[in-house]
Amino acid sequence: MNALAHGASYGALIILTLLTTVAMGVWFERKFAGRMQSRLGPTMVGPVGLLQSVADVVKLLNKEDIIPRDADRGLFTLAPVLAALLSLGAAAVVPFSSTVVAADLDIGVIWVVALGGLTVIATFAAGWSSNNKFALLGAMRGIAQSVSYGVPLVLSVLVPVILAGTMSLSGIVAWQTRHHWFALWPVIPGLPALGLFFLAMLAESNRIPFDIPEAESELVAGVTTEYTGAKFVLFYMAEYVHTLVGSAVASVLFLGGWDGPIAPGLHWMVAKTLALFVAVYWVRWSLLRYRSDQLMALCWRRLTPLGVGLVLLASAWALFAPGGPA
Amino acid sequence: MRSAWLSGLSFLLLSTLVGAGLLVAARFLRVRPRAENVLKTRTYECGETPEGSAWMQFHARYYVVALFFVLFDVEAVFLFPWAVALRELGVQGFIAAVSFVAVLMLGWLYAIRKDALRWQ
Repeated sequence: MNALAHGASYGALIILTLLTTVAMGVWFERKFAGRMQSRLGPTMVGPVGLLQSVADVVKLLNKEDIIPRDADRGLFTLAPVLAALLSLGAAAVVPFSSTVVAADLDIGVIWVVALGGLTVIATFAAGWSSNNKFALLGAMRGIAQSVSYGVPLVLSVLVPVILAGTMSLSGIVAWQTRHHWFALWPVIPGLPALGLFFLAMLAESNRIPFDIPEAESELVAGVTTEYTGAKFVLFYMAEYVHTLVGSAVASVLFLGGWDGPIAPGLHWMVAKTLALFVAVYWVRWSLLRYRSDQLMALCWRRLTPLGVGLVLLASAWALFAPGGPA
Repeated sequence: MRSAWLSGLSFLLLSTLVGAGLLVAARFLRVRPRAENVLKTRTYECGETPEGSAWMQFHARYYVVALFFVLFDVEAVFLFPWAVALRELGVQGFIAAVSFVAVLMLGWLYAIRKDALRWQ
């Protein structure tokens, strides 16, 4: 019972923080993109447009909820709830500091990878139940992409697991606190693995240059074509939460999580996560979208063998590094 | 460790509540439509009359991707316990993993040579 209460109280705290961060993140992204393109971004709602996301959510919640006549009604409603559940749920095992963690599982890495991978179910449910050609095309491309990029993602995650010898996320951070951040040392499997994780994360959370499922210039709005109002809010939110949790996991696995001098651990964790989160938007507004076939070729012909190589290098390091794997 | 799983469970329940709660809240918040309209609930196809159902056959290349995914994901499933126990298994475990991965990458090489992973 105590454990349930622990999960619920920390869960409420973490979920509320994530949702607030996402709302502010959307505002930030629009400002950021605006500045990059020599325009102002949102300015009208609140000081410097700060309340833009609040206004957007209120507007969307007021919208009429349309379920297409030919759609599979149950599945159509279930899909956005599932998307929100899976993207938020992955945060359960992420340690934001040595004490702020909802569920400190000894196989936290598997939890994150599993919930992240399961989001394809939500995508497919949405695409299939809509009975809309754009939605289904977007879903099929999205699944092929997420499923493919799941492979380099898992391989890059294996690198810190091998180096630290544990699948617990707080265990991995503890190891990095005692030795070095994996992105810094050992540089060779560490830093490329972070790069690989970052790319795979972009693909898994459908961000440019890998936002094939949405591809608004080709597929109207991809899987979300038929979605309106609150259900659309859930999909939109899930996408941002996925990116945010992905950034948090990347900082835990490769950047030492809550480890850092002077400031409290929580501050370091938040700073690292937000830095990666911003990097995602930097990439998003700088690059163009990949074509579907280029995307698959990049994943299977380049990233997968790279990931396998990194895993073997990491294990060789863990076994044969002079003076132990420090 | 069992208690951590319970915490995880309550986290998942809470996450479900966010999604379901928002949909329920929106039901009460929502402005009701004044009149039902047949055209409004029709499948969106850029304003044209929808042609047939969207539930149709798909290109076989998706099947190849699925096969490859299963192959490599099972590989990863095997590698996770190996990764944790690596230091106890020592050099012998390392050699075993290298040969396991080598066999897998032979299959990968075959697929590359057959152009199975090139979408055109």
